[in-house]
Amino acid sequence: MKIFRRHLLAGAAGTLAAPAIVEQVGAQSAFDWRRFRGTELEVSLTLSPRGDTLQRHQKEFEDLTGIKVGSEQVPEQQHRQKLVIEFTSGRPSFDVVTISLHVSKRQVGKARWLTDLRPMLNDPSLLSPDYDRADVSAGGLAYATQADGRVDTLPNSVDYWILYYNKELFEQKGVAYPRTMDEIVTAAEKLTDKGRGIYGFVGRGLKNANIPVWTSWLLGQGQETVSPDGRLLTDTPEAIWAGELYKRLMREWAPPGSIGFNWNECQTSFAQGRAAMWLDGIGFAPPLEDPTRSRIVGKVGYGVVPPGPKAHHSAMFGDGIGIAAASRKQGAAFLYIQWATMKANHTRLLQTGSGVPTRNSPFRNQDIMQNSKFGREWFETLLKSGEIARPGLPVIIPVTEFRDTFGIALTNTIGGADVAAELRKATAEFQPILDRSERA
Amino acid sequence: MKLQPAPAVRKRRGARLEEGGYFWFIAPAAIVVAAVIVFPWVFTLYMSVHAWKLGGTREFVGLANFARLLGDDRFGWSVLRTLWFTLLAVVAPVVLGLFAAIVFNRKFPLRGLARTVFILPMMATPVAIALVWTMMFHPQLGVLNYLLTSVGIPASQWVYHADSVIPTLVMVETWHWTPLVMLIVLGGLAALPSDPFEAARIDGANPWQVFRHVTWPLLLPYVAVAAIIRTIDALKTFDTIFVITQGGPGTASETINIFLYLQAFAYYELGYASAVVLVFFVLIVVLSLVMLRWRQRLAEATK
Repeated sequence: MKIFRRHLLAGAAGTLAAPAIVEQVGAQSAFDWRRFRGTELEVSLTLSPRGDTLQRHQKEFEDLTGIKVGSEQVPEQQHRQKLVIEFTSGRPSFDVVTISLHVSKRQVGKARWLTDLRPMLNDPSLLSPDYDRADVSAGGLAYATQADGRVDTLPNSVDYWILYYNKELFEQKGVAYPRTMDEIVTAAEKLTDKGRGIYGFVGRGLKNANIPVWTSWLLGQGQETVSPDGRLLTDTPEAIWAGELYKRLMREWAPPGSIGFNWNECQTSFAQGRAAMWLDGIGFAPPLEDPTRSRIVGKVGYGVVPPGPKAHHSAMFGDGIGIAAASRKQGAAFLYIQWATMKANHTRLLQTGSGVPTRNSPFRNQDIMQNSKFGREWFETLLKSGEIARPGLPVIIPVTEFRDTFGIALTNTIGGADVAAELRKATAEFQPILDRSERA
Repeated sequence: MKLQPAPAVRKRRGARLEEGGYFWFIAPAAIVVAAVIVFPWVFTLYMSVHAWKLGGTREFVGLANFARLLGDDRFGWSVLRTLWFTLLAVVAPVVLGLFAAIVFNRKFPLRGLARTVFILPMMATPVAIALVWTMMFHPQLGVLNYLLTSVGIPASQWVYHADSVIPTLVMVETWHWTPLVMLIVLGGLAALPSDPFEAARIDGANPWQVFRHVTWPLLLPYVAVAAIIRTIDALKTFDTIFVITQGGPGTASETINIFLYLQAFAYYELGYASAVVLVFFVLIVVLSLVMLRWRQRLAEATK
């Protein structure tokens, strides 16, 4: 594979002498998109509106480059399993793959399953002058960069956690949007009307899925769950404070049964006007504004997560697109991931509400802002959340075990268990798993 | 092959050749069995004595995985939960299925249609029906709580509460598999001889006495078959539980199968998961032996 790339580079250097490159940049159209025409690429995408966007416009890439693309979309959970199994086998069936940075980043980075893109990003014969690297948001770029500096994915989209609120219910009860995390509790109390089956707050209680609710509160203490040097910070006073906040909201002011809710049950409760506030990803907005699925169209408020006692952040998640290191079609694959993250595709993401692009330019597009069904507040919340975003999950290998172990602890607290005891127990249980994963 | 024939018995020259010839006839079956049964088995054994992390390393650890299992509370609870779930998911469909079979064995108008309707749940895809049930269980918006509250019964939290999740899952299983028990028992009823019933009637037995002393003993072997099939099915239930609760809330419905799945395909701990498979296998064998012995004793008693 290496030899092949060297061949490419040598060829490129031979045909384009240095002065010629400058000319090529000047005359933008001269970039050769078609140098890999005839190649057949296999692309494995996570099933999502982002995947849909890439598949829908695939023809555009094929016409541009003459490369033939075979693409598949696999549901998130199964896709994560598939890529681990295929990469472990040493011969993945795909050349290009999308990954969830919040789950697979460290795993993929440590095992070096994906190609380090830096040489290709700096190669003017492979990176189109239209790509405009400066337009990619610094946060997104940092998210896609590994701790050792390798860039093994191009950031594609992010998701920020926001506080959805029901404007009508807030008005009825004369409640203002909470200015602090503590005020969420007092607001939830005022908004709850059990006689009418309306609850002040709804959030994920289902183990594993519920972790970002807790880490969102924890970010209000300016703390993540794992320190940069890899120590668990999950039983600190701050973590316990966040756990208490979680327990109180979920136990006292959330609908019965929310212990088993994932985002979809929460979304249903909120969309039916049965919950006044909902903490979750901004990407779940489209059905709320769809009259066939929601009773609160036009009444949905989008708020930045209020600041905690020490800090003000929004939990961030995201996905990137990379090239299998074992692929023998590195150049063609690079053209694909480049095309996937160009301005045109990122503008489409924002236009259709399919995701939050990691480029800045779509947000400066007044047309999109004015014609969107989500309105100004959604965009403002999006931009503000982006400014204060921090990862909502730790960058470690056993993310799923982390989410399960602490997720169970949190679920237990909804059942009445003591927060500090549960978090200490979970920390003791998870520490050896984390140690093992880093040793291997 | 190394065995020397006793000198007194002189084999024809062709005998050995014939043995060799016959061997080739069983070769295809032997290869298939080796490939799909023996190899996976041996490989599972091999994996179970390694700390084998997919995407990580593999190292020989002896029986450490089994030692870890012994001390793993989460696994221990999953075993107890599996047994509890299995008990309920065998008893409920068997009792209801028996009752249904006796009802459907009587002649009444539109019996054929009623039987067909009754066995419809069995035809449904488990994952699809699990998704439908999940919607019906929603504590605020599900149709089940609407029905309960409209007749004045307090709403239940169904699968969204640790105490009610297993009975609720058993309810889904029961709905799904009672028809199977009914079919087996109904077949049994049709095959029963008519003379004991006539004799009982002549002796003036009432319907309950007929059932208790004639139908039930004659039917028991069929019920036992249904119970064995249900036990095996209930032990390995995965789709219904995984789709509806994924083992939750917390770990309240995490059976061995779910635990196993998580270890293997969420945590990628193949070695540990293989150890779970072995323990699970032993458990199934023991339970099956107990049930088979019970069935044998029944068969002997009725002879």
